[in-house]
Amino acid sequence: MSEFAVELLDVHKRFGKTEIIRGAQLQVKPGERVAIIGPNGAGKSTLFNLISGRFGPSSGQIKLNGQRIDGLTPFEINRRGLSRSFQVSNLFTRLSVFENLRCAVLWSMGYRYAFWKFLSRLDDANARAEQVLSMIKLDRRRDHLAMNLTYAEQRALEIGITIAGGSNVILLDEPTAGMSKSETTRFIQLIREVTEGKTLLTVEHDMGVVFGLADKIAVLVYGEVIAFDTPEAVRANARVQEAYLGSVLADQQAGGH
Amino acid sequence: MDQILINLLNGISSGLLLFMLSSGLTLIFSMMGVLNFAHASFYMIGAYVAYSLTAVIGFWPALFIAPVAVGVMGAFFESTALRRVHKFGHVPELLITFGLSYVVLEVVQLVWGRTPLQFNPPELLQGPAFTLIQTPGQGLSVALGAASDALCQGGAQCSRFPLTRAFMMGVALLMLVSLWLLLTRTRIGLVIQASLTHPEAVEALGHNVPKVFMMVFGSGCALAGLAGVIGGITFITEPAMAAVVGSIIFVVVVVGGMGSLAGAFAASILIGLLQTLPLTVDASLADAVNRLGAHVGPQTPGWPLLRITLAQAAPILPYLLLVLMLIFRPKGLLGTREG
Amino acid sequence: MSLPTISYRPKPFGGPWVVWGGFALVLAVVPLLWTSSFAQTMLSQIGIAIIACLAYNMLLGQGGMLSFGHAVYSGLGSFLAMHTLNLVSAGKLSVPVSLIPLVGGLSGLLFAALLGWVTTKKSGTTFAMITMGVGELVWSMSLMIPEFFGGEGGVSGNRVVGQAVMGISFGPQIQVYYLIAVYCFLSTAAMYALTQTPLGRMLNAVRDNPERVEFIGYSTQNVRYLAFVISGFFAGVAGGLGALNFEIVTAEVVGAARSGAYLLFVFLGGATFFFGPILGAVLMVIALVLLSELTKAWLLYLGLVFLLMVMYAPGGLASLIMMNVRVAMFGKLRRLLPGYAGLAVASVLAFLGASAMIEMLYHLQLNAALGPVMHFMGISLDAGSVLTWLGALAVMALGVALFAWRQRSFSQTWNTIAEEIEHETKMREAV
Repeated sequence: MSEFAVELLDVHKRFGKTEIIRGAQLQVKPGERVAIIGPNGAGKSTLFNLISGRFGPSSGQIKLNGQRIDGLTPFEINRRGLSRSFQVSNLFTRLSVFENLRCAVLWSMGYRYAFWKFLSRLDDANARAEQVLSMIKLDRRRDHLAMNLTYAEQRALEIGITIAGGSNVILLDEPTAGMSKSETTRFIQLIREVTEGKTLLTVEHDMGVVFGLADKIAVLVYGEVIAFDTPEAVRANARVQEAYLGSVLADQQAGGH
Repeated sequence: MDQILINLLNGISSGLLLFMLSSGLTLIFSMMGVLNFAHASFYMIGAYVAYSLTAVIGFWPALFIAPVAVGVMGAFFESTALRRVHKFGHVPELLITFGLSYVVLEVVQLVWGRTPLQFNPPELLQGPAFTLIQTPGQGLSVALGAASDALCQGGAQCSRFPLTRAFMMGVALLMLVSLWLLLTRTRIGLVIQASLTHPEAVEALGHNVPKVFMMVFGSGCALAGLAGVIGGITFITEPAMAAVVGSIIFVVVVVGGMGSLAGAFAASILIGLLQTLPLTVDASLADAVNRLGAHVGPQTPGWPLLRITLAQAAPILPYLLLVLMLIFRPKGLLGTREG
Repeated sequence: MSLPTISYRPKPFGGPWVVWGGFALVLAVVPLLWTSSFAQTMLSQIGIAIIACLAYNMLLGQGGMLSFGHAVYSGLGSFLAMHTLNLVSAGKLSVPVSLIPLVGGLSGLLFAALLGWVTTKKSGTTFAMITMGVGELVWSMSLMIPEFFGGEGGVSGNRVVGQAVMGISFGPQIQVYYLIAVYCFLSTAAMYALTQTPLGRMLNAVRDNPERVEFIGYSTQNVRYLAFVISGFFAGVAGGLGALNFEIVTAEVVGAARSGAYLLFVFLGGATFFFGPILGAVLMVIALVLLSELTKAWLLYLGLVFLLMVMYAPGGLASLIMMNVRVAMFGKLRRLLPGYAGLAVASVLAFLGASAMIEMLYHLQLNAALGPVMHFMGISLDAGSVLTWLGALAVMALGVALFAWRQRSFSQTWNTIAEEIEHETKMREAV
């Protein structure tokens, strides 16, 4: 049993000639809640894609609970205890909310490709799906098709699908993207509840969310982790300030915020 | 020897025809994501329209006008029917072209009848391009046009290569060169190249997308129509001609790699050769094994499979290649995109 | 006209017992209502088609896999069933005739297992083309191996083997019908049950979002492969029943025309509902047996209807029915009836005009020797006269114009009703 839940050891990722991730180094302890921040284009989503197996690294190692997972398929990684959510909700559009959750539960409960059992008789799977349904507070929308939900409801379902299988390592990719202030506050509370006791990595842009949720912050700039420390330490880090100030200045000059 | 050379040329010319067809298919697929199930139907329409036009204005004007007419028909279909279906996804797009293939077949049979047509090549393209003469003891020699009867007697073997096929190769190569020039030297060519591997980029370019789609689809169909004119004079013009070539071009596109024009070219030639070269080989697996000393006969288990000659097996070879390709190299010869 | 997406799955009237009991009842009673031998043949073919179409829809509607070559599995099932039957007749094997369809099923399963792994490596349009290639492969082989495929004449057999058991020899068509009915009921029940299992649900998930499936622990290809194999089994069962029914199997059972027919009619019936393929199967037999007798233009009509369906009602007949059922459940169907009546009249006019022209064209093309006068729906039409043509064109144009006019107000009524239903649904949930 390794002392780290997730490890990135000198990970590089190249797309054609462009190197997006240039030697990322990260070591997350079990139960830690890490927020990954960084300017646009730093490679945060790419990092998540690498860890979750959407594509493999060009070089370097990625470990989950001490075992190497670089190069494995997403389902192999998921079966080893890692789940991720997507920045753009990736739901099963023509299935109901309840069915979405139940699907997310099936493999972890060992039902595999069973075609000799009825879904309605799988008490443990149904109970767990109901449990997650009330955790994400979508009880009222139980039988609605996923494609008919509002944006915030879809984000909630997205998180529900991610945690339903009971994975110990959860990756959330910009969970509160596009939400209003009040929705965001409620969502943070939801995330805190459902990821109780698990290792959490989340990509976030909203600093309020970051400081409210995270034990540690990893700052990703140009494909490298330039800082990985407690929020206060990161705030005071000169390199981080330069990276952020630099990008803020650039935004201002371009007529951004 | 002469027979083998002629077969080689036949195979290459067939392959080039396949390329004329599969290039249009690849372009439409790459730029629009639509797999045009009716592509071979437009090939057929090209032949039939050229047949009718030839009766009125002669072959050479028809050679230019028929593909344009087919292109216009394709553009019309895209703007009225296909356009409505874009929003439903790629499967309905494929389905609507599937339906079109049925309708086109029926309409063609309705207008021109169900029997093969006498679509003769023009004066200029009749007869052989050249004749290969194999004289025993003196080797191979070439005679332009048809060799005189005197040369072909007394143990000498003559093999003719039809002008129509030579013309087919010429047009196909011309088309290939034009396409290459278009893709590498013009702005629209760059756009097409980009869309072959990154179709979303095309959408972000700010062009009038529906109009672009209509023109792409129309152009692809025009290419198919051109192939049809030439195929019509070289082969038989009949309602079955779409079916004959239809499934093969899909094999070409998968074997070459979805979205790759170079792959389509390589696969077309390969499959053209695969369809024609074996036709000369009258040996079967049983023969081969027997030559090595075994005694395989009708009593051997598996005899029905062993006694099939390569010539008899020729029709399935492309499909066999498809299956093997999928097992060992699923992205195709030169594929760069996941299907 | 915007057709609302169904976000409402009505529970079957009276519950599952009523529905399945009713289905069994219909299967049992229908040949007693239509007793002619023609009816019996049709009903037998419908029973077989239902199994084949439901098997096909396992791929299309439930798995999102478009196959152009499914006749391979039903066809190979037919051939192996027929060979087994002949071995039984020759005394070399003893398998009861009633179990021959299972032999077909196992053959379908075997070939699907063999060819399926390679086929399901890809998805979407590439998958479709692979199925076409495999279909052509098998079709081409059928011409090369006459020992197995019987060459031009196919393979024939005799389903009456040995002693009749309790009076059942499967000689008379009515006995074959009831055998088919039993298999049809059991297969339908089995395939429906499958949709309520983990594999069935994950198959739906693969259809909706193949990428996400991998992130919740499932291998997309494995799910597709298993569904392909199971679908091949049921297709083989249908093939085996076909072998018994017709007592002859020719190479066309693995051909592209049959594969195309499965696709066409399952889509027309409706791929998004479980009972859609059942409707499709009925349509398929009616079209292939009856329509082809009525008019030479049947394939053209079919193609045109298919095109219109893809453009305006991609959910097929089943979705059109269910949309109206939903409206009826809210008690609002009556308001649509005048609109439907108007549209129906317009459609009939347009159809009559277009059909008259098509039939005249076919008559001129195919029956020119009989002279220009032909019969259309009981009237004589002179296909050579320009007036007749103008008349037909006018009728069609009138119908189309009328349709366009009535369609506008129908759409408005429809949309109003749709909004009311949305509103009422929200109210019910708030309680």
